[in-house]
Amino acid sequence: MWAMVVKEFLQLRRDRRTLAMMFVLPLMLLVIFGYAASFDVSSISAVVVGPGAKSFSHLVKKPFSLVATHPRSGSAAARRDIQDGTADVAFVTSANGQVTTVLINGADLFTAKAAETAVAHMAQGEPDLRRIQAELKRLIPPGYGVPVLTSPAPPKLTVLYNPGLKTALVMVPGLAGVILVFVGTLIASLGVVRERQAGTLEQLAVMPLSPWDVLIGKVAPYFIVAAVDLTLVLAVGMWLFGVPMHGSWAVLILGALLFLFVTLSIGVLISSVSQNQGQAIQLAMLTVLPQILLSGLIFPLASMAAGVRWIAYILPLTYFVQISRGVMLEGQPIGDLWQPFLYLAVLGVVVVTFATLRFRRLLNPSLGHSRRRRGPSAEAGA
Amino acid sequence: MSWGVSGVTVRYRTLTALQGVDLQLQPGEVRAVVGGDGAGKTTLLKVVAGALQPETGLVRRPAAARIGYLPASSGVYPDLSVKENLDFAAAAYGANGEEVALRRRLLLERAGLADVTRRLGGELSGGMRQKLGVIRAMLHRPELLVLDEPTTGVDPISRRELWWLIAHAAAEGAAVLVATSYLDEAERAAELVLLDGGRVLASGTAQYVATAMPGRLYTGDRAPGTEDALRAWRRGRRWRLWRPEGCGAPDGAWLEVAQDLQDAVTVALLQREIEARAGGAA
Repeated sequence: MWAMVVKEFLQLRRDRRTLAMMFVLPLMLLVIFGYAASFDVSSISAVVVGPGAKSFSHLVKKPFSLVATHPRSGSAAARRDIQDGTADVAFVTSANGQVTTVLINGADLFTAKAAETAVAHMAQGEPDLRRIQAELKRLIPPGYGVPVLTSPAPPKLTVLYNPGLKTALVMVPGLAGVILVFVGTLIASLGVVRERQAGTLEQLAVMPLSPWDVLIGKVAPYFIVAAVDLTLVLAVGMWLFGVPMHGSWAVLILGALLFLFVTLSIGVLISSVSQNQGQAIQLAMLTVLPQILLSGLIFPLASMAAGVRWIAYILPLTYFVQISRGVMLEGQPIGDLWQPFLYLAVLGVVVVTFATLRFRRLLNPSLGHSRRRRGPSAEAGA
Repeated sequence: MSWGVSGVTVRYRTLTALQGVDLQLQPGEVRAVVGGDGAGKTTLLKVVAGALQPETGLVRRPAAARIGYLPASSGVYPDLSVKENLDFAAAAYGANGEEVALRRRLLLERAGLADVTRRLGGELSGGMRQKLGVIRAMLHRPELLVLDEPTTGVDPISRRELWWLIAHAAAEGAAVLVATSYLDEAERAAELVLLDGGRVLASGTAQYVATAMPGRLYTGDRAPGTEDALRAWRRGRRWRLWRPEGCGAPDGAWLEVAQDLQDAVTVALLQREIEARAGGAA
């Protein structure tokens, strides 16, 4: 047994990358997730619309953060602001400065719940009219007439897109992305490593295939499998949990294909830099775990510490969650989702470029000396 | 058109794997690269096949689509069947059609693999895997066929089948380069290159390499004295002793014998070892 223990330690010591990840990964995850794991929403973006918007806007306090005031707009504009992501909450006011309706975006579960609580606190902060009326009655001598104070009607609270604030409705569109991350990154990350370990990579290197041929050839089967997976997850999610589809299927499919391409490319990139399957899986987990925890799928982005939140903005799942929730729950058109689409595309270009470069290097160890030729050649070394 | 390398040098960080190596390959001929472990055989084959670019030197090879390469690991996908492995290679090299199908059937039959086309690569024996690897490398009728130790660890019958495949490729006009540790196989080749420590120790036909051996060779029943200890080795049940030119015949019951390729290669390696020791001592 001792011999076995010693052998394992020797092998572990030689696998420096795995050893480093065994120590670095848990510490890194602890620090990042420690700062990210928070359901407390400290800031809720809000717009105030209607004729009393200006006077009410002075009363908007924390956790609400006023992003716009539109005295000439009404409820329809407020809904539009919420749909396009300008605000999470909209206060619709009447001419006397009273709030008649509060619209809340239910697609962002924790923000919506925080908004509900904050609105309830605001209502509790209203003056106690019954107590004031009694006080006036005591102070004003009989015969002078006591003014009658009437309490304004409480604002109507409307939760858009997810009226029951059901967790499943918010989670299922995002979970589809998580499944794509698992299929795309984790499984694709083993693709090239398998070639390396089977000793077939060398053979690929001399075949008349370009790095691009190999990259696309590696990604395409997983792409198809993941696309089928996505269809299944969405179909079952809609059937079992009643997740609505308010937007366009075409926009969702476009977003999913773009996201899938990015995640598969990440998988292939990981595979191309890993020496064995263990390393590939560890590196894949290094990208998968942060995506699950930092993408806004579970913890709201607004509640993350600023030092950690930037990580969320370089993770593709962050943008797919925005696209899938936006399309399915809020019915956002592609024009409202241009930002997540653009960021996903940029991420895709960056990752694919790195993956292609890495493939070129992997399939052509000579690249450091001179470019490889596919035709008959008389190559001279430096 | 002939292929090959001239003055090729390859270094892996501080290790010089090849040093100024020349090699000519002619269509329709088999060239063998022989040498011990770490001699530089695999590196030379990688350079010729295009899997590795030399630091210096010239490489002449056909287009990638006209090269067939069997890496040291056989290059067979363990999770694909024999048929699927060949289908992939044929598609990658653009070799499709009825003629390729017929050729595949012929090669599989001659290699004794016709009955196992559905078997996974990982389920084949070592010899079967090597034969499949060679068929895969030559399926598309390459102009240059590079085979890295195709017969190592293979039983005699499979070796014979493998050499049928190699000879068949040469007969079809391919320039074939084979790395091997077996000198009897090297004797089959039109010419051979003996590598050691990344340098060419000898090259030419097997007969030329054997006759070009300097000095004289003796055989005896007993081990020589300490003076000749570095120049002696066992061959079968008897001893061989090599004396350089000018050293004269050894004392005792030693008979002079004519050297063959195995003796010549051993002498070349011993000579280099002795020179290295002398250089180190100086």
